[in-house]
Amino acid sequence: MKNEAVIRRSGATQVLALPYVAWMCIFIIVPLALVAYFAFTTSEGAWTLDNVSRVGEFSPILIRSVWLAAVSTVICLVVGYPLAYIISRATGSRQRTMVMLIMLPMWMNFLLRTYAWMTLLEKNGIINRLLGMAGLGPLQMINTPGAVVLGMVYNYLPFMLLPLYSIMTKIDNTTLEAAQDLGANWRQIFTGILLPLSAPGIKTGVTMVFVPAVSTFIISRMLGGGGQLLIGDLIDLQFLGNAYNPNLGSAISLVLMVIILLCMSIFNQFGSEEEMEGILL
Amino acid sequence: MAKKISLLLAVLLLIMPLGAAPAYADGEEADSLELMSPRPYYSQLEGQGVSINVYNWGEYISDGSDDMLNVNKAFEEATGIKVYYSTYATNEELYSKLRGGGAQYDVIIPSDYMISRMISEDMLEPLDFSNIPNFQFIDDNFRDPAYDPERRFSVPYTWGVVGIIYNTERIDPEEVTSWEILWDEKYMGDILMFSNPRDAFAIAQQRLGYSLNTADPDELAACLRLLQDQKFLVQAYVMDEIFDKMLGGEAALAPYYAGDAFTMMGENPLLGFSVPDEGTNIFVDAICIPKGSKNKLAAELYINFLCEPAVSAANGEYIGYALPSSAAIDLLDEEISGSPVAYPPQSVIDNAEYFSELPRDANLLMDQMWTELLSTDERYNRLLIPVFLVAAVAASILINVMRSRRKKRQKNYF
Amino acid sequence: MKKMRWYAKTYVGAVMAFFYLPIAVLILYSFNESKSRSYFTGFTLHWYKSLFTNELIIRSLWNTLFIAFASAVLATIIGTAAAIGLSRMHKAAKSLILGFTYLPMINPEIVTGVSLMLLFVSLQGLLEAIGAAPFSFGFATLILAHVTFNIPYVILNVMPKLRQVDNSIYEAAQDLGCAPLQAFTKVVVPDIMPGIVAGFLTSITMSVDDFVISYFVSGPTSQTLPVTIFSMMRRKVSPEVNALSTILFIVVLTVLLLVNMADARREKAMNKRMGANSVG
Repeated sequence: MKNEAVIRRSGATQVLALPYVAWMCIFIIVPLALVAYFAFTTSEGAWTLDNVSRVGEFSPILIRSVWLAAVSTVICLVVGYPLAYIISRATGSRQRTMVMLIMLPMWMNFLLRTYAWMTLLEKNGIINRLLGMAGLGPLQMINTPGAVVLGMVYNYLPFMLLPLYSIMTKIDNTTLEAAQDLGANWRQIFTGILLPLSAPGIKTGVTMVFVPAVSTFIISRMLGGGGQLLIGDLIDLQFLGNAYNPNLGSAISLVLMVIILLCMSIFNQFGSEEEMEGILL
Repeated sequence: MAKKISLLLAVLLLIMPLGAAPAYADGEEADSLELMSPRPYYSQLEGQGVSINVYNWGEYISDGSDDMLNVNKAFEEATGIKVYYSTYATNEELYSKLRGGGAQYDVIIPSDYMISRMISEDMLEPLDFSNIPNFQFIDDNFRDPAYDPERRFSVPYTWGVVGIIYNTERIDPEEVTSWEILWDEKYMGDILMFSNPRDAFAIAQQRLGYSLNTADPDELAACLRLLQDQKFLVQAYVMDEIFDKMLGGEAALAPYYAGDAFTMMGENPLLGFSVPDEGTNIFVDAICIPKGSKNKLAAELYINFLCEPAVSAANGEYIGYALPSSAAIDLLDEEISGSPVAYPPQSVIDNAEYFSELPRDANLLMDQMWTELLSTDERYNRLLIPVFLVAAVAASILINVMRSRRKKRQKNYF
Repeated sequence: MKKMRWYAKTYVGAVMAFFYLPIAVLILYSFNESKSRSYFTGFTLHWYKSLFTNELIIRSLWNTLFIAFASAVLATIIGTAAAIGLSRMHKAAKSLILGFTYLPMINPEIVTGVSLMLLFVSLQGLLEAIGAAPFSFGFATLILAHVTFNIPYVILNVMPKLRQVDNSIYEAAQDLGCAPLQAFTKVVVPDIMPGIVAGFLTSITMSVDDFVISYFVSGPTSQTLPVTIFSMMRRKVSPEVNALSTILFIVVLTVLLLVNMADARREKAMNKRMGANSVG
């Protein structure tokens, strides 16, 4: 009863949210509606399903993007999970230092980090030259799908690490120790305690890696050679690139958005929105 | 928390003084520049806070590095007009940015066929040639261009041909006499290709003997197949990234523009340039003012400045492209004006074809084919995506229903 | 579990090496005499000198900081107000609005960028049609775009803090004679201040590093640093880019070190006060 009284009394404070609601309508909802509008019209403004059906032609690109993004996400998860666990178990200053070291590359410009990999992976790049000194032949590393995956993992691993780390710090050591005292082995602790408790973190981490990975367009251009387009490249091509067609570009964007929303809602069975907030802090 | 903010702000404040740093790269002093148009002409807009947005190809103006003239800085000093300079990589990108990008530019430098296209789509402002007296220095054979029939919208900037740049250590000059070498499996993974549709298709058209301006869908399809055959040999599709790759020895072969080839050969003597016997594309890039420019007079002053023989010569020396003005060529170093790379002989010019504007359908078709070329090589069923989407929607609805049922059950349990 | 076993240490070390290898390379080659990316010919500082005189880069850095700061301030104000308003709403309205709040976060950046570009272009067309003076892509569009993707982060940082606020203290203040507004600013706001500040700092971070959205809505006079770096990378590469990376790295390292030290000092003070073991 008391809460209701508080709510009614501060009914006025609800109005504080109005500027945001207005902003949201103008800058989030209307633009997306515009994308939908452009997707379903021709350049003269007539209604058509042509653009959306043409997206079907690009299914190889869609599949490829989803596949590479999925591979990158899985690698990030596999590499990041143990790391998050180790860091969360570390003590005070060491933990702080490690978190800082992880965050540091994240603050550096994403383009520059990707560019640095070009230097390393080129035929006359540093890695190949070192291999050459050891007598091993030059490897074709750049301009391959592997290089693109490497670039994605490199850029998005911190986004997997931070949610995982955040949620693992909330798992108390005593819980794990108690389980050990009760005779559980590592596998049981992992599947029975660690995994379920860190599930919200996994969910957030996967979201934060998969979504940018599937829609990236710089990494594929710099490390992939430009001959294997991904969805992001395709969209960029239609708006600011060599094949100006905003209608088709909007259609592709729409399909991309729908695919991602579907993936997310399927994945959503693991948690609620409140958990997502806490993890991002 | 307050400490964190103050630390952050302190660091930001430390960076602030950089904003007051000196403005330009050191280069040749603008005072020593001999200008043909009088000073009062150039300073007519001085002190009014005018600025222009110049949109040009990358690496296409002398910008003060290597102790050469900084054209933009010299212009600013002579006229008091601020220049905001940005770059694009291809004509098509320029077109996209102008059509859909929302930014307003005052000076652009498209190629011949793009100028035709822009004229027919009413995207250019007619020039007031009384503001561009230095047009007198442009040679006669450039004064009546096919791409700008009434000569109302453009002033030539450079011209040149396309050819093959190659690493002389790995490839003999005899091998580069035909475009076929770009399909040679011996050089798999060492070949670069143009990352723009017209230049790439032009090479295929040369090999197949078609006109560079064919609009025939069958011929274009044949070109596409040829390019697709080449794809697994290509290391990367590039534009200006080519400088790094050829200079660093990453690739052995690349088709590109003669001017850039000249520049690259200057930096790496191991590189060579050759125009294949089948013929090639010859182009002219010209300066235009896009429609809607708010600073037309300032833009015309800029164009006039670029036509100054001294400025044109400085540009020519830096970017390596051929100049459309004998007055400027006379000021050039013998090394460049006598080079067959930068100034190809008449025989090469006679064997070359200009691009012209393609009809709308052909443009759309080429765009489509270009996208197809750069996509993956596997073929999937067209229905795959719609079916997948429907299945995904069904799956998500099912899961949501199951989830709400599970929640209800749990609530009843407690 | 307090001490790290050797395999844990090696694993962490390996991942850290992976993270820092490219950065080390970038920094190393910023001192390279020649422009080559693969051969180190000699030590020089002249790329740093030319960086400081590169007007475009300095201007872009300036633009980036200005836009980041301005958009973070705006986003924090609107976002905090929104969070407070939202916390008092009925569940239905609240979840609807929150759902849309999360949209720009799970939406791929390229779609957000493209949609905003279409919005601004349509707005331009509209203004032209009614004869008003058209605007050009520039600072305005950039700040609007940055505020749009920053607000969700502010809301997500403030809302949990709001939930933790004890209503009884707010009511107690009012019972003691404060007007509702005064009670609010003196009691609630200081309580949620950590969330507000976190939101502000997150906004600045997201803004400074944003490339994709800025790429679609920037104009020739207002290029941000990432957009400038992108156009530099598409051409003949200059080690000025490396020099820029090194400077950025040092700045960020300094900030993080300072923040770290401040945290450490605070934790030590807290421990002394509590006298108990600190939780790991």
